Parts: sequence; structure tokens; C-alpha cells
Amino acid sequence: MGKVKPHRSSPTIDMTPMVDLAFLLVTFFMLTAKFRPEEPVQVTTPKSNSQIIIPENDVLTLTLSKEGAVYIDVSGKSARKQLITNMGEKYGISFTEEEKEKFAGGSSIAIPMGNMKQFLALDLKAQKAVKQPGIPKDTAQNELVDWIKQARLSNTRLRVAIKGDENTKFPEVNKVLKTLQETNVTVFNLLTSPENDK
Amino acid sequence: MGEIAAGGGGGHKKGGKVRSKKMSTRIDMTPMVDLAFLLLTFFVLTTTMNKPKTMEIRIPEKDDNSEPIDINERRVVTLLLGDNDKIYWYPGINPATLQEANYSKSGIRKILQENETKINALFGNKEQSMFVFIKPLDESNYKNVVDILDEMKVVDITKYALMEATGQDKSIIQQYASSMGAPNTP
Repeated sequence: MGKVKPHRSSPTIDMTPMVDLAFLLVTFFMLTAKFRPEEPVQVTTPKSNSQIIIPENDVLTLTLSKEGAVYIDVSGKSARKQLITNMGEKYGISFTEEEKEKFAGGSSIAIPMGNMKQFLALDLKAQKAVKQPGIPKDTAQNELVDWIKQARLSNTRLRVAIKGDENTKFPEVNKVLKTLQETNVTVFNLLTSPENDK
Repeated sequence: MGEIAAGGGGGHKKGGKVRSKKMSTRIDMTPMVDLAFLLLTFFVLTTTMNKPKTMEIRIPEKDDNSEPIDINERRVVTLLLGDNDKIYWYPGINPATLQEANYSKSGIRKILQENETKINALFGNKEQSMFVFIKPLDESNYKNVVDILDEMKVVDITKYALMEATGQDKSIIQQYASSMGAPNTP
């Protein structure tokens, strides 16, 4: 038989399918990526070996800063709107639709109810500049109880998560635990970051 | 355009009709692919990295009217979480045997494991395994509490209770600190 000439293939590869795939994935990740609103306080969570991942929805996050200020955050815009409406009713403060929207679109908040209206009147930039004092959680004046109660009323499937800073002193943590106990939240989550060094 | 260019050139040997050069329809996609994968990597990393882990804990109800359970004191280990990442611990209910430990693998974990085997050998059934009292003192921080709860999970201790330190506990620590601190102070 005659010599078979080796088929000379061009050195360029058709990259179209690969590009298609790459862009498909890029689009997917871009759309699923959630850019969470900027938190008013930076918290370093302690590390643990725990592997359970917190669900994204129906979570009430209590952020506990280094100084012991409690910030409250509820996932879901409609849940937040419902929450501020309820809290307004409870404290006899009527919020306008605009104020409710503003609250719903925000992130963690740590403003006593007395100053809430004042705080919501500010624009985003001014809000960021405000040093939030934390939600009152002492036995004398405990607004945190009402926040948790109202949040649970507006969403019965709510899970409570505590996001505390490593250096928060225990008495402050204990106050939050006591408050949770008072509201009959006996199962909750402590947010931690994964341990990488071991 | 090809024709004009060919006519203008004029340097062709054949002089006849110049075939328009067939341009390749392929474009070099490498830079685009580079960019696509760069973005891809970025999004992949940012989405999976900041998923916080969680530790589920359960606290007793407030109006818990159930009978307090009697626990044999030999099953109990008490941990007092102090300042500067220190743990003070004593077996049973006798604080005279107070000792100091830290949060490392060879520290509290070893102690817990040793005590667990000791207690298991003594009682020999699962129902009566070690019971750990965790009492964080006011000076301890949140990290200490999480660390010790994590340690419970690692050592696989199912019976533990987080409780408030009493005034007695505080005085025990003070006593211990003064007895230990005396030789060290210059």
C-alpha cells in the first residue's frame, strides 16, 4: 500500500467551547454572588472545628462587638420590614413607609428604639458615620428581648445565630445568653470561622 | 479593497489576476479566555470562602422545673475559664486540687481525655460518663467559651453544662493566684 501521509493538524485549537463554558460559569457565579451590605462593625469570630454551615435564609444574627454592643440583623428584606413595623407598634413609634424601606435595605443595626427614627432619617453616608451604641440588653432596659420576640413573631422559622468577637468579655456574652433564655430560644448557633492551622 | 491593494502593489511576479488572500476566520481567543478564567477564579473564590461555620448549642429553658439531677461527684470535672487564656480545673468538687491548664492540644484536651478514661474505668458504663461543668469567669472572653465548647466536641463529651461562676469560684481562683503568684513576684 502507499505511504499514508500524516495528517497535518493546525496548531491552533478551537477554543470556542471552552470560552463558552468559562463565560457560562462566570455569569453563574456573578449572578449567585451576594454582596452583603457593609457591616457597621468589624468582628473577628473565633475559630472552631465545627463543620456545620449556617443557612442563608431565616437567620437572625446577633453581632456582639468587642465592646459588648449588640447589633441585630435579620435576613430577608420583607422580614426586616415586618420587624420594624412590629417594633414600631410595640414602642408606639409610627414609622413612615420610607423609613421602613430604609431599615429593610440596611444591614445590622444597634440603635435604641428611642433614637431609631432619628437614625433612619439620616442618609446612608451619615448612618455609617454614626457610632452605634448597641441595643440595650441590661436587665433594667432590655430592648433585645423585644427585638428577638418580634422577629420570631414575624418569621416562625427563624434561627438565631450569635456572631461574637473573640475578645468580647464573657459577662456581655452571658447577658445575650440570658436574654435568649428569656425569650425561650434554647437552641441557637455560634458563628465561628473554620480552623485552618490544624 | 483587496483588488485595489493588489493593483497598487504591482510587485507580483505573475502579473495576472491576484487571488484575494483568504483571511483566516479564527481570532486569537487567548486574551479573552485569560480574562474569563480570571473572573471565574475570582467569583469561585469569593463565593465559597466567606461561608461562616456554626456551632449549635442548646441551653435549658428558663422555667425548667424538672428535678435537679444528682451526679456522683467522682464523675464531675469542673473547668473555670480565667483571663489570659488560662483554664483552672479540678476533678470532683474539691477545689483544693485546682490545677492550671491551657487551650492547646496537650493542655486541656489531654486532661479531659485522661479524666474520661479514668471515670469510664471507674463506672464502666456509658450512662455514667464524665460530666463537665464549664464556668467562665468574668475575665474570660467569648473565644475561650467557643474554644472549650469546641474541645467538648473534639473529645466527644456529651455531658457538659455551661454555668455561671459563683463567688466561691472567684475566691478559689484568687487564692490560687496569690499562692502561685507569691514565689514568682520579684
